[in-house]
Amino acid sequence: MRDPSPAHPYIPNSAPGIQRAMLDEIGAEHIEELYGSIPARLRVPGLLDLPSPLRSEYGLRRHVSGVLERNQSCAERLSFLGGGCWPHYVPAVCDEIVNRSEFLTAYYGDTYGDHGKMQALFEYASLLGELVECDAVSQPTYDWGAAAATAICMAARITGRGVALVPESTGLGRRSLIEGYCAPWVKLEWIAFDSESGLLELEAIRDRLSDETACVYLEMPSFLGTIETQAAEIASLARAAGALTVVGVDPSSLGVLEAPPRYGADIVCGELQPLGIHMHYGGGLAGFVASNDSEQYVSEYPMFLIGVGHTEAEGEYAFGEVVWERTSYVQRADSKEYTGTTQNLWAIAAGAYLALLGPSGLTELGRGIAQRARYAAARIGELPGVAAPALSAPFFKEFVVDFGQTGRSVAEINHALLQRGIFGGLDLSSEYPQLGQSALVCVTEVHTKPDIDRFVSELAEVLR
Amino acid sequence: MTLRRFHQASWNEPLLSELSSPGERGLIPPEVELELAAAAGDPLGDVPAGLRRSVAPRLPECSQPRILRHYLRLSQETLGADVNIHLGLGTCTMKYSPKVNEELIRSHKVADLHPRQAEETVQGMLEVFHRFELMLCEISGLDRFTFQPAGGSQGVYANARMIRSYHAARGEGARDEIITTIFSHPCDGAAPATTGYKVITVYAGEDGYPEPEAIRRAVSERTAGLMITNPEDTGLFNPHIEEIVKIVHDAGGLCHYDQANANGILGITRAREAGFDLCQFNLHKTFSSPHCSMGMPVGACGVTAELAPYLPLPTVEFDGSRYRLDYDRPQSIGKIRAFHGVPATVVRSFAWVLNLGAEGLREVAHAAVLNNNYLASRLAGVPGIDVSFGDSNPAHRLEQIRYTLAQLAQDTGVGTLDVARRSADFGVAAYFTSHEPWIVPEPMTLEPSESYSRADLDEYAEIIAEIAREAYEHPEQATDSPQRSTVHRMDQAPHDDPERWALTWRAYERKRRRHAEPAA
Repeated sequence: MRDPSPAHPYIPNSAPGIQRAMLDEIGAEHIEELYGSIPARLRVPGLLDLPSPLRSEYGLRRHVSGVLERNQSCAERLSFLGGGCWPHYVPAVCDEIVNRSEFLTAYYGDTYGDHGKMQALFEYASLLGELVECDAVSQPTYDWGAAAATAICMAARITGRGVALVPESTGLGRRSLIEGYCAPWVKLEWIAFDSESGLLELEAIRDRLSDETACVYLEMPSFLGTIETQAAEIASLARAAGALTVVGVDPSSLGVLEAPPRYGADIVCGELQPLGIHMHYGGGLAGFVASNDSEQYVSEYPMFLIGVGHTEAEGEYAFGEVVWERTSYVQRADSKEYTGTTQNLWAIAAGAYLALLGPSGLTELGRGIAQRARYAAARIGELPGVAAPALSAPFFKEFVVDFGQTGRSVAEINHALLQRGIFGGLDLSSEYPQLGQSALVCVTEVHTKPDIDRFVSELAEVLR
Repeated sequence: MTLRRFHQASWNEPLLSELSSPGERGLIPPEVELELAAAAGDPLGDVPAGLRRSVAPRLPECSQPRILRHYLRLSQETLGADVNIHLGLGTCTMKYSPKVNEELIRSHKVADLHPRQAEETVQGMLEVFHRFELMLCEISGLDRFTFQPAGGSQGVYANARMIRSYHAARGEGARDEIITTIFSHPCDGAAPATTGYKVITVYAGEDGYPEPEAIRRAVSERTAGLMITNPEDTGLFNPHIEEIVKIVHDAGGLCHYDQANANGILGITRAREAGFDLCQFNLHKTFSSPHCSMGMPVGACGVTAELAPYLPLPTVEFDGSRYRLDYDRPQSIGKIRAFHGVPATVVRSFAWVLNLGAEGLREVAHAAVLNNNYLASRLAGVPGIDVSFGDSNPAHRLEQIRYTLAQLAQDTGVGTLDVARRSADFGVAAYFTSHEPWIVPEPMTLEPSESYSRADLDEYAEIIAEIAREAYEHPEQATDSPQRSTVHRMDQAPHDDPERWALTWRAYERKRRRHAEPAA
């Protein structure tokens, strides 16, 4: 006979006999007695109105898988979507590591209980530090946008100034994050980009720089994919005005593009998702901030910072929180910025990814991505009425394609591509109306020549 | 009970940079077809020389098996909730994260979705968002939810932003003060401060919770809102919560209910009945999603219909046949986190609630509260350990308790940090003492969620009792601990010294070299 009300598998003490014995130990008649402090009128009368439970694991799995089955993933379709979350290959070892129970279910444990987690997080910072050539690297924040916002606020506190120059080519989503976050503390002045080249308007920067400018923020590559060839000049203009330069980076480019401090960056920020992390419908994002490790800079970081140290035992490393007093866990209402649980699992993945690729792998990766993107842009640009790359500045893995002369909207084109199993480039027409009917196409190491050729030939069919 | 003989894994594993063996490779990136390479030419030839990488990144060169072994050794040196009786992390709601939910989110149907895919290609994901929103509306009594905030603190931040927008839209932007309490989570002060609010912190009265009179003194025409945890860190449910909410409402403020740790009250009491306008649940705490070494979190934020226009962009809407993303919300606070937050965690928590149903959720709350009170009764006889506010307030605590080891410290010189460190020698992660500041002296905060059996609770109580016994008889066993953990006692001083702190290996090497050089 079936047990009419079995103990719940996740709840050991849901078995009635065990509960009775425990209540006896407490000296209570019923569990209700333990809720004596909640006024009766605040109590839920009866049960919540929730769907009937799917109590068997099989039934649950069957149902939820069935719902998710309605999704079409980038693993089953050919996708050219980027724009802040990108399709990169995730090495099997990265998945193996982040799925380890111990990392997956650890939390706030410290130096002793979670030594391994602390070391893995320190190693992420160490390897990223080599990539961006910075001595201080934060533990993760939420995403690139959050990292940029914090980096800008840090620059304002370091310089004691209240204005930041930020490019309009930053992308609407990231702009909204930066704008909303900085509003109480830093006035943002938006720098236009040249709609022919995609480069920032140098004169505008020169004109706007003043003794109130805390920093110039620029992205490498920009949201629109372009490499800001004037970066060194912008940084030196900023320096001459007493302002800092904050550079946001896509780390998958740093095997071939220069470490930002070498062209004048004072603070580096960016996104970890390209480093061995699945896109997860955007859930794979994690931001970082890096700089020199002087007291002046380190004091302004709101995030967790993990440092290497030693124990009483000879030759034994241990890892601890650096200047814990900085954080909002101690400062509370006096905090400059809040912090909390963010995306540490992804930092562990990113560290493992950088170790796996090593110096040669990262260079090969960057070069291979750039080759594919250049090839794709050239092929797409051969289609009648299509301009690709539509911006003349050099680019890394994303480029703008202008469909204006085809008489078709990006929405129409992408809809038709979808019927052919292809997710076309990101539609920029509402986000960047100055670029007309344009799309942002993303090509990475996951795209083979046949993939790109298929995209081009399907596009040709659609445009015919 | 005999305590288990335990020794934590201790590999003395070097850092990756020390393992580097020039020439070894860990991964070969996808190869470029020759024909494509020929067509592409020099792909970065048009990039100015000063922007091309001049020195290859000084990353380690290691083979794949060595890297895997490295990380698996580190994982063994980590006490996750799957491995240990993790009830010591009070305020963190460590509980079982069902493996079936992990299988669901590892599918490419979740892991390999791009956040800007066309709506018709993500109908399954949007269905999960919509149905889970309905569940949380029922659980909280509020009207709409967003899952965009990627963390509890970011959820509180989002709610502070909504409070700000609400007042601004009503021409009441002069309201520039938020009230919180000292036993609420620190982010209830820090997050509104980040949005520019001045924050007033109300301290607890004799009974251990903020009193209505104290709130009455704090409110004024400048009050924008209240951000409060309940039960607070003490585990005490504030019986005056409704009155406190009313005081803030009467002053024109809004009330945010921090329900990061709602484990003891699921299906028991809700934000709605207590009058709250906003709330937030941490899906990685109460709703079982794994804590991911402090990752993949979601702060699910609920609001009343009146505040719904201010929710972050976009919301998920359902017309009876099709799910869509609504970006046409002019009063929205905009983006709080890129794209849609951490959707995999929404899937996990959706599956968890679907598995439990209404009775199951109430069972979670019952078991959590039962476990907490049972553990308290087991610790009641341990010398030197008391329940905070135990003398002045005999009410049962709900899902957690902040204990005080003040007596133990006074009697033996062994403080709570020593006891916490020592507990690692018995196979449990060092417990959480307290958020700052330590209002309760020598604090220890334990939260035995529904996932722990009676035997687990007995074992944990016995560990604490054993350490207390040691403290009175051989205090050095605690003060010199840990002895059976991965590492020994660490010197904290370098982490607070700019000359010695090292956040990266490159900084460590530089500083070590400098110290090794004889003074000029």
